[in-house]
Parts: sequence; C-alpha cells; structure tokens
Amino acid sequence: MISAGRERLRLWVQIVFTAATNGYWKGFAEGRIYTGPSKSLCLPGLNCYSCPGALGSCPIGSLQAVLASRNFSFSFYLTGFFLLVGSLMGRIVCGWLCPFGLTQDLLHRFPFVKKIKKVPGDKALRFLKYGILLIFVILLPMFVVDIVGQGEPWFCKWICPSGTLMAGWPLVFRNDGIRQAAGLLFLWKNGILLLLILLSIMIYRPFCKYICPLGAIYGLFNKVSFYRLRIDRSRCVHCHACTRSCKMNVNVEANPDSTECIRCGSCVSACGPKALSICPNLQNSQISK
Amino acid sequence: MKHRFGRWFPPLLAAVGAIFMIAGIYRGEMAVVLRKAINICLECIGIG
Repeated sequence: MISAGRERLRLWVQIVFTAATNGYWKGFAEGRIYTGPSKSLCLPGLNCYSCPGALGSCPIGSLQAVLASRNFSFSFYLTGFFLLVGSLMGRIVCGWLCPFGLTQDLLHRFPFVKKIKKVPGDKALRFLKYGILLIFVILLPMFVVDIVGQGEPWFCKWICPSGTLMAGWPLVFRNDGIRQAAGLLFLWKNGILLLLILLSIMIYRPFCKYICPLGAIYGLFNKVSFYRLRIDRSRCVHCHACTRSCKMNVNVEANPDSTECIRCGSCVSACGPKALSICPNLQNSQISK
Repeated sequence: MKHRFGRWFPPLLAAVGAIFMIAGIYRGEMAVVLRKAINICLECIGIG
C-alpha cells in the first residue's frame, strides 16, 4: 500500500514549488510575462518561460535558444546546468519539482473506466524521448537555420504541451493581439495537449515516460546522482511489492537506478520490511550482507 | 553488491557542471537565454 502521507507530502512540494517559481501573478491578470533578471536562470523542471507567472527559464527552451543562436554550436551553460542538477537530484526533479509532472499527476487522479498500467510497445516507446531530445532539441535547432544562421526551437514549436498549457492558454485568453494571431499551429499544439490530457487520465505520466527530453537527460544521471534509491538486501524478502507499486513500471528490485524512476517514493512506502530508502549517496546504493 | 560509481562521483560531476556554467556565462550564453525568456516565445505558445 502506498503511504498517503508521502504522496500528500510530494503533492504539496509540487504545488508549492510550482506556485513559487511561477509567482508573477500580475502576468496572469494582465496577459504579459515577467521580464526581470531571474529569467536568465533556469528552473529544474519543464517550466515554459512564456508562462505569465514564470520567474525563471525552461532548461529545454533555453538549450534550444542557445543552440539555435548563430553564435553558439554548443551550450556550456545548459550542459553545466544539466550536469549540476542531474548529478545532485537525477529524476527527483520529475517526481517532485516539475509543473507538467504535477499536471499529469493531478489528471491521473480523475476516474476512468480502465486505467492502463502498461501500454503495448511500452519498452520501445520509452526510447522515443531520446530521439526527440536528439532530433527536435539538438539537431534541428542547430542545423535548420535561416539566411542569417538563426534556428528555431523545434521542440517548443511543434511538440511541447507544457508551453501550450502554461503559456499558450493564459496568454491567448488574456492578450487580444495574441488571440488574433492564433492559427493552425495553435490548433496543432492544442491537439497534442488535449491528447496528452486524455492519455494522462488513462496512463500514468505518458509525457514523462515517452516524450519528455528533460526527463531523458535527468534519467541518465539516476545511476550517478547524489540522491539514489538504496536497497538493503539483507532486509528484502523478494515480495515484489515495490515493483507492483511503481506507476512508472520500473523493476525496482532488479534496477533501482533505472532511467525511468522519478523517485516518487511509492516503492519505499510499499516496502513492508523497510528495505528501500531514498537517501544521499554516502553509502553503496545496494547493500548486501 | 558494490556500486560502480563511488560517492565522490556526484560532487565531481556537480563541480564540472558549475565550471561549465561559469564558462557559459563568460561566453555570453546567459544573455541569449535572458533575451529569449523576457520576450514572449511565439513558438512556445503556438503562434509562429
């Protein structure tokens, strides 16, 4: 059984962090965005910088902005950011700090006739996010450029549902000029968002599992990050309650540092003998006696 | 079972990350991010 206390704590951390980092309420009221200096700093989660409340920048949008710029073909700033945040937290960011993760968590609470635990082709679909990272976030912004050498943020433009939800909807609603400019692309992006909303009710975090390039990056750090899932093998009774409780479909006992683990802690709560813990990497992540 | 990566590895990666970030700021990448972030991103909201 998943501890309600841990789930409630996680929900509150998600809500407070999202509210705090998108706290420019005037922007929502007036249909404009914050333009202060904190926008030069990236937030850890997928948080659109054109959200009227956003006080910081989206790391994926920023990476595309730098790579699409004619002056740079590599981003030390964003690579450094991913190394720093990834090595400290890994995908804890996805589970605890990402606004779009929160959105999907809330959507999955809606009742549905049959919740889908595992979609057909799940294993292959997991690789899709790496392809999106490589093609839409890195290669297309770098190499498809106009006559002055300026590229476009392809992922933001054609895929990102977080931008549509956090920036598109509030700005189109509050800003007359933007509303009049909305056309086919806005319809396309709304189609993606509405599909993901529907899928999120049926499947737990489909965007995080299959599409999110930020999750793909942080997932690579799960094996080396400071905070890791630790298994005390002397306590484990191999009941697989941890794996059954995992909504990201991770085989916890076999692979506690899976790239898919968002460190939500449901396995820790489900573990009767208390063999699991998420803790700083001060000891080996798997302990056997 | 001993883990492949020692406890020194995350702080080392974090330190490299911090150095990279400083290098990026020095190269002017932070200004690119700020310039993009303080203007409404039409691509992000689905306008252009």
